[in-house]
Parts: sequence; C-alpha cells; structure tokens
Amino acid sequence: MEKQKNGVNFLILLFLSALSVLFLAPIFIILMNSLKGRFYISDAPFRLPDRETFVGLENYLSGVAKTGFPSAFGYSLFITVFSVAAIVLFTAMTAWYITRVKSPVTSFLYYCFVFSMIVPFQMVMFTMSKLANLLRLDNAVGIIAIYLGFGAGLSVFMFSGFVKSIPLEVEEAATIDGCGPVQTFFWVVFPILKPTAVTVAILNAMWIWNDYLLPLLVIGSKYRTIPVAVQYLIGGYGSKDMGAMMAMLMLSIIPIIVFYLSCQKYIIKGVISGAVKG
Amino acid sequence: MQQALKKYFAFFVLPTLTAFCISFVIPFVSGAALSFTEFTTVTNARFVGLSNYAKAFSESAEFLNSLWFTIKFTVVSVIAVNAIAFLLALLLTRGIKGTNLFRTVFFMPNLIGGIVLGYIWQLIINGVLYPRGVTLLADAKYGFWGMVVLMNWQMAGYMMIIYIAGIQNISGELTEAASIDGATPFQTLWKITVPMVMPSITICTFLTLTNSFKMFDQNLALTGGAPSEQTTMLALNIYKTFYGRTGYEGVGQAKAVIFFLLLAAVALSQLWLTRSREVES
Repeated sequence: MEKQKNGVNFLILLFLSALSVLFLAPIFIILMNSLKGRFYISDAPFRLPDRETFVGLENYLSGVAKTGFPSAFGYSLFITVFSVAAIVLFTAMTAWYITRVKSPVTSFLYYCFVFSMIVPFQMVMFTMSKLANLLRLDNAVGIIAIYLGFGAGLSVFMFSGFVKSIPLEVEEAATIDGCGPVQTFFWVVFPILKPTAVTVAILNAMWIWNDYLLPLLVIGSKYRTIPVAVQYLIGGYGSKDMGAMMAMLMLSIIPIIVFYLSCQKYIIKGVISGAVKG
Repeated sequence: MQQALKKYFAFFVLPTLTAFCISFVIPFVSGAALSFTEFTTVTNARFVGLSNYAKAFSESAEFLNSLWFTIKFTVVSVIAVNAIAFLLALLLTRGIKGTNLFRTVFFMPNLIGGIVLGYIWQLIINGVLYPRGVTLLADAKYGFWGMVVLMNWQMAGYMMIIYIAGIQNISGELTEAASIDGATPFQTLWKITVPMVMPSITICTFLTLTNSFKMFDQNLALTGGAPSEQTTMLALNIYKTFYGRTGYEGVGQAKAVIFFLLLAAVALSQLWLTRSREVES
C-alpha cells in the first residue's frame, strides 16, 4: 500500500514538473527572443539565440527609445501606488461609517457599491471619459480619483464584511476614553482592519497596474502607462519591430515577477480572502 | 457612538462618494439615458427611442456574431479553467514535495496584464502555425482556441489557489470516516470533496464566467478581431462601435446596455444555481 502510494506520488510529481515547464515556457520564449535580431524572431521563435542571431541588449535599447519605457514605468508606478493608497484609506473610512451608522441612506449606498461590481466597464467608459475630461481629471493625478471610484465597489464591500466582525465594545471603550470618531477610526479601527487592507491593496494593485482601457481613454494621449505604451508600440500599423516588441514584453513582465516573488505570501492570502468574501 | 459619528458623513463618506459618482453613478445613469439618443459628444444628444437597439442588431451581423462567439468562448473556458484548476488543487493537497514551488509557478501568469499576455501568445501560436504556412489570423478557429489556451494559462492558477483553500478546509474526520466506511477514492471525491468545496466552485465559476464574458485586452492584443471581425468578442465589438465610426456612439451605448443586462442575468443565475447546491458542513 505504502509503496503503491509512493509510486503514484512520483508520477504526480513528474506530471506537475512537466506542467510547470509548460507554464514557464512562454516567458522563457519571450526572454530568448528578446535577445535575438529582429528578423530572426517570427520565423523561428522556438530556436535559441546563436552566434548569428544573438544581438545582446540591442532590442532593449531600441525598444526603450521607441516607447519611452522609463516614463511609462514611472506613470504606472505613480498611478498604481497612489490609487491603491487612496482606495485603502478612503474606502475603509466609508465602509466603517456605512456599517456603523444604520440608516436608509447608508444601506442604499452599500447596495450601490455592491451593484457597481457587476457593471462592465463598456457600460460607462464613454460617458466616464467625457466627464473626466470635463472635470480636468485627465492627468496622472486626476486619474487617481477615477480609480478610487472604480475600486470603491469591491473595497467597500470587503471592508464592510470585516467591520461587521469587530466587536462594538472595542470602539465604545475608545469613546469612553475620550476619543472622537476620527481618533477612534485611526487609532482603533484602522489597525484592526489591517489584514483586510492588505487584501484590498493587493487585489486593486493587480488590476490597476495592468489596466489598459481606462488609462488609454482618460489620459492615453498625454501619459502612457506600461500597457498603453506596449499597445502603441505593437498595435500600430506598418512594419513591426519584433525585437523591440519582445524586449518591451520582457520589461513589462520583470517588475511583476519581482513584485510577485517578494510579496507572494500576501498575494496568495489576498486572493483567498478576496474569494471568501466575494 | 453612532450619534457622534453621524455628523462626520462629509469626512468619512464624501471623498469615496464623490469619486464613485464621477466614475460610476453619473456615467452609468447618463450612459443608460444616452442609449436612447443619437449623439457624438454627449451634449448634442437627440432622442431617438429604441432605434439604437434596433440598429445594434439590424445594422450588421457583427454584433450577433460577437455575442455568439463570446458565449462559445465563455462556455469552453469556464469548463476548461475550472477542470484544470480543480485537478491541480487535488494534486497539490496530497502533501507532495515541492507543493509550494508548483503553486508559485502555476499562479504567476495571472499577474501579467491582458495586453502583454495577448502578444506573448500571438508569438507562440504564430510560431506553432508557421511550419504549416498559416498565421493566427488565417482562420477564426485559431483565434478561438488561442484565446482558450491563453485564458487557461492566465486563470487556472488563480482558481487553483481558491480550490486549494476550499479543499484544505474539509475536516479530516469526514474523509477518514469515508475511508473507514470503505469508500473508494473516487467515491470520496464525488460524495465528500466536491459537495464540500461547493462554495469554492461557486466563486470560481463566477469569476471565470464574468472574466471570460468581459474579456477585452487579451482579445484586442491576440487577434484584434481578425479575420474580418470573426474573433471579435462583445466588449471589443462595443469598443469598435464607439470609437470606430462617428455617429454610432448611441448604438455603442445601446450595445453596452444589452451587454450589461446579459452579464448581470448570466452571473446572477449562475450564483443562484451553484449556491442552491451548497451544503452545510
């Protein structure tokens, strides 16, 4: 019995290893092709670079020059970090208020936030981008307000679920000690919300960093985030520089892998608790 | 406390609510209203009744084709992603060496954005088809299966994580009792594991269903709808209606309303269907 189990486990191990290689292969193929001359890519994407085709970092240099990658990286980072910070802070405050103050208004607001989660972006994209334009939110700072609005649905929902589980006594004790609502929130409630805050931050960072259509429509002509810059480089008409394309794909993937490997524990936890709440 | 807090509405709620109104409430309401009008810049809207809705279907077959394509894609990818993710979760909850490493690898593609994913697979699929002398854009079936493969690569790891959490929540007593009663591994899987992870199945089906139905970035990058709009999904079709032809903004908005209603109907009935199968542990 035990021997048979070991045999089965060995087969499973073999299967999973093969599958892992398959899962990693696409990224390896992009890396490999990013080091090859631009005319050697489309014909033979699965061939390793050799003496004839290897060009070193040439593609990276030309790709960076064509896309302005450093500035795209800067915009993506700026927008993601500050949008996530705004979402975590403001939606936690909102969730606490609408959970603790029971009134028809707050429960109506709660249902509005939940409702917004199921509405596809295409429903609001046109009018939203016109409104953002009208209100002068079409810049790298203004878009943070737009992201706060879009992130609000899921985030308020998740924070509310957690606030309900905090015993009221904790907050009452703070009031007796002379804390006003603002102090109670920042000194007592927000620290308790920290695990949910990490989850909310991770889930929002994942989609804002990779978001393409919203930044394209709102700020696309002036500020290009990484996905918009990649699409501009590749999606345009005319001859395509396959080398620069591979290099830019690789440069878009590297920050994500670094982030993932350094925060893996939180990301996995975030995904699980996000799913349980959803 | 509640009385004192009540006065702080402006401080606690207003920042989020303002942003929410700008990005969601006002665009949603005005978008719904504009679907009954003809306009190019929102301010010059003229009421035209239901004609945008009629045009959405009658103008060309593309909208209906994209709807049909989206449905086919959604059905195939929901089944494939969940089957693969569930299998991986079963294999990774047996205490095999290297479980954490495998989990890390399988989840990773999920963090890569849709545009980048699309171009990665464009290169690979074109490379596979190259010896046959065709490209990804030669036939709609390549685009379809390309997107299915892409979707599995992207989503299977995410769903696997959720299934693993669900399986680990099953109490050991249940499976032990089953094995004492002489249940075969298959019976244990079917009578214990599956019913017990029903909440995970609900959420994973919901996530894959809505994500497949709304897919845009991957579609735009992988095929852009080629050949001749045969691989255009609903979201891309709506985008092209808005920004591809002047004077069709109203039609685009009407299509968006239909898209929203369809998505809401499908997602809610799925939730209701799988929720009704959840059992109390």
